[in-house]
Amino acid sequence: MGKTVLVTGVARQLGGRLVRRIQREPGVARVVGVDAAEPEHELGGADFVRADIRHPTIGRVLVENDVDTVVHLDVTGTPLSPRGSRAGVKETNVIGTMQLLGACQKAPSVRRLVVKSSTNVYGSASRDPAVFTETTQAKALARGGFAKDTVEVENYVRGFARRRPDVAVTVLRFANILGPRADTPLAEYFSLPVLPTVLGYDPRLQFVHEDDVLGVLLLAAAEGCGDGTFNIAGDGVLLLSQAARRLGRPTVPVLLPAVRWVGSALRSVGMTDFSPEQIRLLTHGRVVETTRMREVLGFTPGYTTAETFADFAVSRGPGLLPPESVGRVIDAAAARLGVTGVTDVGAVKERVHHG
Amino acid sequence: MAEAKVIPFDDDRARKPRRRGAAAGRKRAVAPQAPEVSVVPAQGSEPEPAAVPEADAAGVPEEPVAGETPAVEPGLVERVLGGDWDRRIAGGLSFLRRRLAGEYEVDEFGYDRELTDQVLTPMLRPLYEKYFRVEVRGVENIPAEGGALVVSNHSGTLPWDGLMLQVAVHDKHPAGRTLRLLAADLVFALPVVNELARKAGHTLACAEDAQRLLEQGEVVGVMPEGFKGLGKPFSERYKLQRFGRGGFVSTAMRAGVPIVPCSVVGAEEIYPMIGNAKTVARLLGFPYFPVTPTFPWLGPLGAVPLPTKWVIQFGEPIRTDGYPADAAEDPMLMFNLTDQVRETIQHTLYKLLVQRRSVFF
Repeated sequence: MGKTVLVTGVARQLGGRLVRRIQREPGVARVVGVDAAEPEHELGGADFVRADIRHPTIGRVLVENDVDTVVHLDVTGTPLSPRGSRAGVKETNVIGTMQLLGACQKAPSVRRLVVKSSTNVYGSASRDPAVFTETTQAKALARGGFAKDTVEVENYVRGFARRRPDVAVTVLRFANILGPRADTPLAEYFSLPVLPTVLGYDPRLQFVHEDDVLGVLLLAAAEGCGDGTFNIAGDGVLLLSQAARRLGRPTVPVLLPAVRWVGSALRSVGMTDFSPEQIRLLTHGRVVETTRMREVLGFTPGYTTAETFADFAVSRGPGLLPPESVGRVIDAAAARLGVTGVTDVGAVKERVHHG
Repeated sequence: MAEAKVIPFDDDRARKPRRRGAAAGRKRAVAPQAPEVSVVPAQGSEPEPAAVPEADAAGVPEEPVAGETPAVEPGLVERVLGGDWDRRIAGGLSFLRRRLAGEYEVDEFGYDRELTDQVLTPMLRPLYEKYFRVEVRGVENIPAEGGALVVSNHSGTLPWDGLMLQVAVHDKHPAGRTLRLLAADLVFALPVVNELARKAGHTLACAEDAQRLLEQGEVVGVMPEGFKGLGKPFSERYKLQRFGRGGFVSTAMRAGVPIVPCSVVGAEEIYPMIGNAKTVARLLGFPYFPVTPTFPWLGPLGAVPLPTKWVIQFGEPIRTDGYPADAAEDPMLMFNLTDQVRETIQHTLYKLLVQRRSVFF
């Protein structure tokens, strides 16, 4: 008899992809997708149940379908539709998780729970160590926003794990998710024609590719995979300045207090989410250690941070200052001066690698 | 058409007829990233914006047609300044090209080796060689490979001693090792400073970061006196302050790396701190606000350090790997080792001071 998998948050792009993909996994008999909104994309052969996880109906869905694996993806930073409010998102994140976990606790069939969390739980502060491990305590407690949601969600999940020790609980803390289809706040930020940055700060960023997100979710939902909390990120680090150059988008450094005004101005025209925590991330950056992901979970991401970003950059098309044009300008200047040997072999090799 | 303008200029091909293969290689390299390359006019921030359209129009030779291979004339720069400058400018432009395309690597701490070696260290080197005339002794006490913890005294109001120490290890060590300094949290809270510090390989002085670097086999530099040493009055010069809580010893022991004591003479006198404006310091959020004979009276001019003569002496490494497994948890042992390191540095300081002829020579 195969498993029945329940996936929350299927109206989002990531949930939809997971539902379509997980049906093809061996041992999966049925997939039930849950969301408060009707998904715009295909869900393949999965059953869609329109249910709000903030309401106790979710318990009935669990019991009626005899669900044994729950993949909770409905923990997100931004509303699904541009009109949605942040308060609604927070309620889905926190109250929704509480309800879902309460329902899971009452459902004896549930054997495995996978929760999508975020490295936002670590916050970003100047007093933090350079690299966060799963056990690092955040120096500055999250005062609000998505970071606080994730901290609370993880608290409820820990409580659930204590009360139902027979359920294997896996919490995946994802770094910034990027990719051709990603709709995360950072993806929106990098799609701006000109990137506002914080003057005097060059944060270290880490990305995880959306395909790797899918891969690790499939792995975590499978039978016999290690449980616990894991950081999920691609190898390596990119600085924001470096990322902007690779993307070919000019940056405009803005004084830290003024960034908030710029942010709220951009938000009011609906261009991007510039929440305080997003600004903190773009000020201090965040890097996590992924040793446990490799050694305990046994997952190796297919994309490094740089490769993820390259894939994302290709999908967004050239910016105002494509690196190739910049390179050509310098070559032209070199030709003008009559100097030779500007294009060195190392750079060319690296380009081939990234391409 | 646009691709014809992307022709490599290679050192050893300078005077030979340009070969087709090279041009093809370059094309292959660019093509996958942007198949639809188009010449975008230079934006404001580009170097020599005026030269660009001109160069595009006339300056760059077209891709050679078979049978017709023009010999390359010696370039303008080479004719005027000679071959060495030619190479230097080529190197600089190639560096600029890589930087502007973002094609460089930084590690997880944000250390940008290329920028540090090619820009930041060369900027400090005149200060190191000509201004402070730093004399380095015993640099071979830092192992040629594997982790080590360099523990140094800290002085001088502004942390020039750390930067000079970094240049000293980089330039004088036979294996060309890189010193990764641990810096106070204030450094990472200040705009611009935090950015440069991370790029120069510094990181926050905390056990996690120190241990991670040591386990990666890096040479880590720490000044356990911290602000107490940096901001001490001139009258207390060369008197070591308390060495924190000795956390650096247990970190070194956990990583099993040797501790290299290091004494810096000369940094104490660069800004003779005769007073401390505590109220101003509190208002600005700094641990101290120095008052020297020239600062803040002369404004920015007062921030110019005095040209003292420096000596940096690295002492015999103190091994930490011969202890039992839980020795790092033993407070008495930690205090003893901390004292041993502190005494070594203090004695070396006194010895160097006795040998010193003058503060400035």
